[in-house]
Amino acid sequence: MSINAMPDLGPLWLSLTLAGVTSLILLFLGTPLAWWLSGTSSRFKPAIEAVTALPLVLPPTVLGFYFLIALGPASPIGSFWVRITGEALTFSFSGLVIASVFYSLPFMVQPLQNAFESVGRAPLEAAATLRAGPIDSFFSVAAPLARRGFITGTVLSFAHTIGEFGVVLMVGGNIPGKTRVISIAIYEHVETLNYEAAHILSAGLIVFSFIVLLFVYGSRRWNPIYVR
Amino acid sequence: MSASDQQRLSLRVRLAYPGFTLDVDKDIQLAGVTGLFGPSGGGKSTLLRIIAGLERRAAGQVNFGDEVWQSDTSFMPSYRRPVGYVFQDTRLFPHLTVQGNLQFALARRANDLGVAFDEAVSSMDLQPLLHRHVDALSGGERQRVAIARTLLTNPRLLLLDEPMAALDVGRKREILPYIEALQKRFGIPAIYVSHAVNEMARLADNVIVLEGGRITAFGPAADILNREDMQLSASPFDAVTVMEVRVVEHMRALHLTRVDHQGQFITVPMMAGTTEGETARLLVRAGDVVIATEEPRGLSVRNMLIGNLLSISPLQNSAFATVSVDVGGAVIKAQLTHQAVTELGLVTGSRVIALIKAASFDRNL
Repeated sequence: MSINAMPDLGPLWLSLTLAGVTSLILLFLGTPLAWWLSGTSSRFKPAIEAVTALPLVLPPTVLGFYFLIALGPASPIGSFWVRITGEALTFSFSGLVIASVFYSLPFMVQPLQNAFESVGRAPLEAAATLRAGPIDSFFSVAAPLARRGFITGTVLSFAHTIGEFGVVLMVGGNIPGKTRVISIAIYEHVETLNYEAAHILSAGLIVFSFIVLLFVYGSRRWNPIYVR
Repeated sequence: MSASDQQRLSLRVRLAYPGFTLDVDKDIQLAGVTGLFGPSGGGKSTLLRIIAGLERRAAGQVNFGDEVWQSDTSFMPSYRRPVGYVFQDTRLFPHLTVQGNLQFALARRANDLGVAFDEAVSSMDLQPLLHRHVDALSGGERQRVAIARTLLTNPRLLLLDEPMAALDVGRKREILPYIEALQKRFGIPAIYVSHAVNEMARLADNVIVLEGGRITAFGPAADILNREDMQLSASPFDAVTVMEVRVVEHMRALHLTRVDHQGQFITVPMMAGTTEGETARLLVRAGDVVIATEEPRGLSVRNMLIGNLLSISPLQNSAFATVSVDVGGAVIKAQLTHQAVTELGLVTGSRVIALIKAASFDRNL
């Protein structure tokens, strides 16, 4: 293999950073949303669930298109961002994070919601009769019992963000060091017929994704939690 | 404010489900163990959950002493009410060990007064189990852990929701003495839910009867449980008598206990867990009571209670009649054949002797 076939690893680090930041934000946003969805009988629940699941069914270009408009400097959000930071949201790393959070939302919320639902009301009622308030009960009972949901949700959000392409391309473009993530880099290597570099990155991504999924499915064997 | 006022539980609550309405308006003076008795689906657990604050949809008023737990304008959440709730399904936390479950309660109680950790552990014999995972416990062990965990919250009112219903007979026998000893050891007023007459007879001092979402009776356990309409067993052939007795002496060498029943003495298998002088209840099946018109001789039965025949009620389409005998003001039921009633010439007012084998006083469940 020639030296110039070795691809630049910058896009890999950018993808990992984007996925890490996105997963972390999703952990903070998705947890209360999943918790609320698991316990509510509100008539808005189906609508919120549907919105949360939208990224699963829509082509990434649809989301990317609207994010491009919503985050653009002409939009209220985009112009507000320009005013406080001096930079545009579109074609920036921050814009990618916002789009990725929405795009990966179902991958965090659904496993968490399922986990909270299978924990059920019973252990929380027991915690309440043992003088644990709602926040205490959440952290000391619901969260530990739903820990598989947290692991699955975080890992899937991370992996899904690594793998996104359409939304990133629409919102972020292809700016090295800012928005050129691994999937974009592969696309460009193929476009420029640099198949060797494309192979290295693509095969690397396949191995990475396999290891992640192996970890998720394998984790079912650790410390089984029996929920009665 | 006297201590007795503080143990008054005032309930004026209503909760409607499709096809079922719980509607209770009652002041209950809590003393010892109050049994909440009635058929399945009568609302017993629902009422207990309302008292504990687990049913937010319930409307009305709940007062404990001078504390308002719930009114039209306020609702004290479960975690602020000084109740200890023992669930039928134990609800131990599976991510914690036995010790972890106990410490969960200990760490959250308002102050360090009250039931000590070691005391709760020893009262339920949990020392050998402390480091076990809760999934590795038997049903009876799980329930003992759940009771100890509840005690560690320092409850001022214990709510026990059919704690033995999910256990088989062997496990019930294993855990019953622990539940029975709770009252003596910790003296916390308790409400005990069950649909089993024998559990009620053994554990409850007073009984509330809840049927179809309403309280239909309230009074001393023996009075309530001896009413024929209160014996929820499927058939009149299962009729029982709850005898209120005073423990006179334990004859340890013979494994017997002598008790006083309305001034007449009988001997029963050792009543472990009772002390001399205290009042206890014994359960005897009508089918285990023999009626004689004169004192028999050469008979192994030692317990003879002299009384007057109160009534004879034939059981429809059967060989039997239920005969009630007044023994010093208390009623004992016996099941005899019509043939025996006729041949002995039994009529209302006859002087009779009720014979009860010691072995019939089965205090096990």
